[in-house]
Amino acid sequence: MMLKDAVGMALTTIRTQKLKSFFSLLGVLIGVTFLIAVVSIVQGMNVYMEDQFANKLVGLNTFQLRRMPNFTDASEEQWREWSRRPRINYAEADFVESRMQTPAIFSRFCSERLPLIWNGTAAKDVDVWTADAPMFRIKNLDIESGRVFTPQEAQAGMAVVVIGWEIAEKLFKGADPIGKHVAIEGLPYRVIGRMAKQGTLFGISLDKFAVVPFDSPVHRVACRSGFMDELHVRADNVVSMKAAVSETQEAMRIQRRLKPQQEDNFAMQTAEGALEGWNKISAILMTALPMLVSVSLVVGGIVIMNIMLMAVAERTVEIGIRKALGAKRRDIMAQFIVESATLSTVGAGIGVLTGIGLAFAVRSLTPLPAAVAPWSVLLGVSLGMAVGMIAGIYPASRASRLDPITALRAE
Amino acid sequence: MSNLVIQIRDLIRTYEMGAETVQALRGVSLEIRRNEYVAIMGPSGSGKSTLMNLIGCLDTPTSGEYWLNGQEVSRMPDDALARVRNREIGFVFQTFNLLPRASALANVELPLVYAGVTARQRRQRAEAALTRVGLGDRMDHRPNELSGGQRQRVAIARALVNEPAILLADEPTGNLDSTTSEEIMRVFATLHQQGQTIIMVTHESDIAAHAERVVVLRDGRLASDTGRREVAA
Repeated sequence: MMLKDAVGMALTTIRTQKLKSFFSLLGVLIGVTFLIAVVSIVQGMNVYMEDQFANKLVGLNTFQLRRMPNFTDASEEQWREWSRRPRINYAEADFVESRMQTPAIFSRFCSERLPLIWNGTAAKDVDVWTADAPMFRIKNLDIESGRVFTPQEAQAGMAVVVIGWEIAEKLFKGADPIGKHVAIEGLPYRVIGRMAKQGTLFGISLDKFAVVPFDSPVHRVACRSGFMDELHVRADNVVSMKAAVSETQEAMRIQRRLKPQQEDNFAMQTAEGALEGWNKISAILMTALPMLVSVSLVVGGIVIMNIMLMAVAERTVEIGIRKALGAKRRDIMAQFIVESATLSTVGAGIGVLTGIGLAFAVRSLTPLPAAVAPWSVLLGVSLGMAVGMIAGIYPASRASRLDPITALRAE
Repeated sequence: MSNLVIQIRDLIRTYEMGAETVQALRGVSLEIRRNEYVAIMGPSGSGKSTLMNLIGCLDTPTSGEYWLNGQEVSRMPDDALARVRNREIGFVFQTFNLLPRASALANVELPLVYAGVTARQRRQRAEAALTRVGLGDRMDHRPNELSGGQRQRVAIARALVNEPAILLADEPTGNLDSTTSEEIMRVFATLHQQGQTIIMVTHESDIAAHAERVVVLRDGRLASDTGRREVAA
């Protein structure tokens, strides 16, 4: 008997017994839904973390010289050790910059959450960055209108500010902010530029910040004099960034006179390092996933096997008729295995759809992203088919061994 | 020899029922020629069902020989018997035995599916068979949308579609009223006139009267054989 006929017969059975078929394929459906949804979310997160999180928050081909690592878990003990480390000072930053052979740009950086006030309206909790002029290039900050600081303004630590897109919206409500003076810590800062919109990350706005020259008056509250939170460094590409990281490490060890057996008392935060935490979570998810999926598929397979055994019992007369009309053992075997596989594949197909649906629901209802991986769809459907075929073997072999006379007499 | 469709010699069939051995057939010999119309009769327990199952290749004898259309089928393995049933035998059952969820056309196509006929040819041949039994306008109906007589005619179309050597009917009118029974008997008569070999198992003598030859079984043995066609010299 041809495969097409067997599939057709299976689909007819599913069509005529919708409810029963649906319940019998629930297990496989749930298993595949899991597979698709989790893989989609993990994949989406991977893309998101690399594109958005790493590149926006840390920066592409960029690293930061800091007192301690950022974006990482640490024990209390570890944390105490980090807190005792000396901060990065100007002399160290100058030394790193002067020794650097790899082409790179640098910016000192401190930040503080402060309100910005204009005309009686306050924008609270604005991330005010004190930074050098290259910071805009290091962070890929696009200017929507106005300009960034001139070297002179930076040098003199003038009270000028480039404001984030959301701050401009909040304070000026569509009016041109350029040339206006906003108050930061009681001092007026002239707005010289407005940055383009960056959007959100995990639901947190990336446009609620302002950049002022590193030596502008805000520096007093943002950082201790002579120190900085971070030295940002950007190289041309991944390879030169790695070179710049090791050059920085070497320079810092020389400057801080660390002995060979002493560990670094500073840290270089790269985008890769920032992803470490996420990579751990995704590794756990991807390890747990096969277990979750296989449990539901095994349960689904057992359910399908039982349904098929019931089908064989219910359709004994049909099997007898088929045998009387010339069906061989392998025809009956093939019919029930194909039926079982079709049932299960249909379940897997619905599972793929609900999985994709779930992934999109997660994407639209939460800040978590989702991207459906084609391989997971393929895997889901093939797994469904395989489960159905395996689950069908025993019932099918029972059906194929029925004696036609006994089967025809059954009622 | 070539004119013999069925040649049965000393057929014995015994069943083990627990400790007891039941002798359903105690040595039956029978020859049926092409285009004969034979009724097999006998009271219950006479062995007529056993004989029918053996003739239909649904069962194999304990001993004896059975030649069907030139092939020795009494010692064939399961799958070979399935092939013989598919090619040589057209079954018509008392309870029709149609697949309830399939259309008349799909039911008639079924033997062709197992014969490996292409979908296009299957359809053509099934349509022709249904037209032959007067159901050309009911092809897409399911069995539950058809009357008893129509259902049995679908079953007859299914039995004929592979052009079998014998049409084997088991109490074909057992579930039908007398008018419908007559209608089915007329179909059989027409088929017989067209050259079909028909073997019909029945316990109703007025139905058996439609056949030209009547074989009566009693206690697993041939009791009488009347109306047998004489071999032309």
